[in-house]
Amino acid sequence: MLDLLLNHKKEILTSAGEHLWLVGISMLLAIAIGVPVGILLTRRPGWKNLVLGVNSVIQTVPSLALFGLLLPLPWLGARADRLAIFALTLYALLPIIQNTYVGITGVDPPVREAAIAMGLTRRQLLWHVELPLASNVIVAGIRVATVATVGLATIAAAIGAGGLGEYIFRGLAMVDNRVILAGAIPAALMALTAYALLGLLQRLLVRVRVHH
Amino acid sequence: MVIPSTEVQSVTPAMSDSPAIEFVNVEFRTAENRVLLSDLTLSVRRGEILMLLGPSGSGKTTSLKLINRLLTPSAGRLSIDGRAAEDWDPIRLRRHIGYAIQEGGLFPHYTVWKNVALVPTLEKWEPPRIKTRVEEVLHMVGLPPGEFGERYPDQLSGGQRQRVGLARALAADPPILLMDEPFGALDPITRAELQKEFKQLQQRLNKTVVFVTHDVSEALLLGNRIALMASGSLRGVYAPREFLSANDAVVKPYVEAFRTMQQAFQS
Repeated sequence: MLDLLLNHKKEILTSAGEHLWLVGISMLLAIAIGVPVGILLTRRPGWKNLVLGVNSVIQTVPSLALFGLLLPLPWLGARADRLAIFALTLYALLPIIQNTYVGITGVDPPVREAAIAMGLTRRQLLWHVELPLASNVIVAGIRVATVATVGLATIAAAIGAGGLGEYIFRGLAMVDNRVILAGAIPAALMALTAYALLGLLQRLLVRVRVHH
Repeated sequence: MVIPSTEVQSVTPAMSDSPAIEFVNVEFRTAENRVLLSDLTLSVRRGEILMLLGPSGSGKTTSLKLINRLLTPSAGRLSIDGRAAEDWDPIRLRRHIGYAIQEGGLFPHYTVWKNVALVPTLEKWEPPRIKTRVEEVLHMVGLPPGEFGERYPDQLSGGQRQRVGLARALAADPPILLMDEPFGALDPITRAELQKEFKQLQQRLNKTVVFVTHDVSEALLLGNRIALMASGSLRGVYAPREFLSANDAVVKPYVEAFRTMQQAFQS
């Protein structure tokens, strides 16, 4: 097993690189869209059910099916990695939007009330109070989404988007476990590393002391 | 009527004429149409400490929150410093008013210093002025900045947190202070200490203070006048001496409770 990995070191690293690319771009997009949407939902509670509802529905669509369904679309379906990133971003949105919403609405009410009474504008409230106090929960959501995306990105290989999933599918076709593992192990390692690094970020962010 | 006294506050003739805050027939209903405050007509004189005294549900906290527009009246007119509440820009109004609450509401992720310096910083004061002011105000509330400035709220005792809350309310030197049972959650010794210090501080600062309490001795100790509230309406406004000799059916139980406490110690 080990020599298989070593012999194909270069190819595996290339696939890992593709995988990282898919995950990285998707996560950046999901954060760039998800956090502001989460913040928006705290301002427009009426939209909450709609947005979270749509999000949940997306989650229930089996990922392989989603990739397949999106394939015929004009601009998106033209390039496999573009399609994969689109689908991965969609999946990552729910935990991020949800956690952003929960994190912000979970800010201690007396602190929020004091901040408003001190004359903080909406934006100042967000910057000085809501985001810092919600950051722990938001990063927790990003962490969950990232780990899930690393796993989900293996499916991207099914539509030719590259990544470590290629080894998994190839191994399945060849009925060769070692080939499957050549893809699965690096993917698992990637997920664990992301989990650990983001956990570190969470701990760093706990400058927020809880006061009763 | 000015009554000289030793243990109770007196109404100083030096207070200016135009009311700092004025309620005229103010009503507040919740979204579910519950009337929390009905027909409140009350003037707060500049430079006085007006106590809003009453049990829970009497409307005293509601009245307080109307002043800094945390709540909006459903009917009636409310004016602050001569201008109608709706005509004030809410942000400017709130920067004009200091707010200190029972739970403190200190930002847990900011040091004492940053908490107190926040409003002056948002008001774009020059950094040297902010530094001077924060030090001054921390000294005023009995927390030397060298020792307490870099601490976080969870490293403070309840009494210390309330002091920081007060310092924060005073930081931008607002003419009006709203206080909602700020000493309520403290042990009796700390409470008495803070009450005494607050009274002395006010004698120097002469802010217009509206102070919500359910504690009759606190009302008698600190107030220039006491506005008694019950079930969402104002029962009457009394100078402390008048309060003690009032005939009103709602006032009497308070006075009795107070006397009972006094007698318990004398016997």
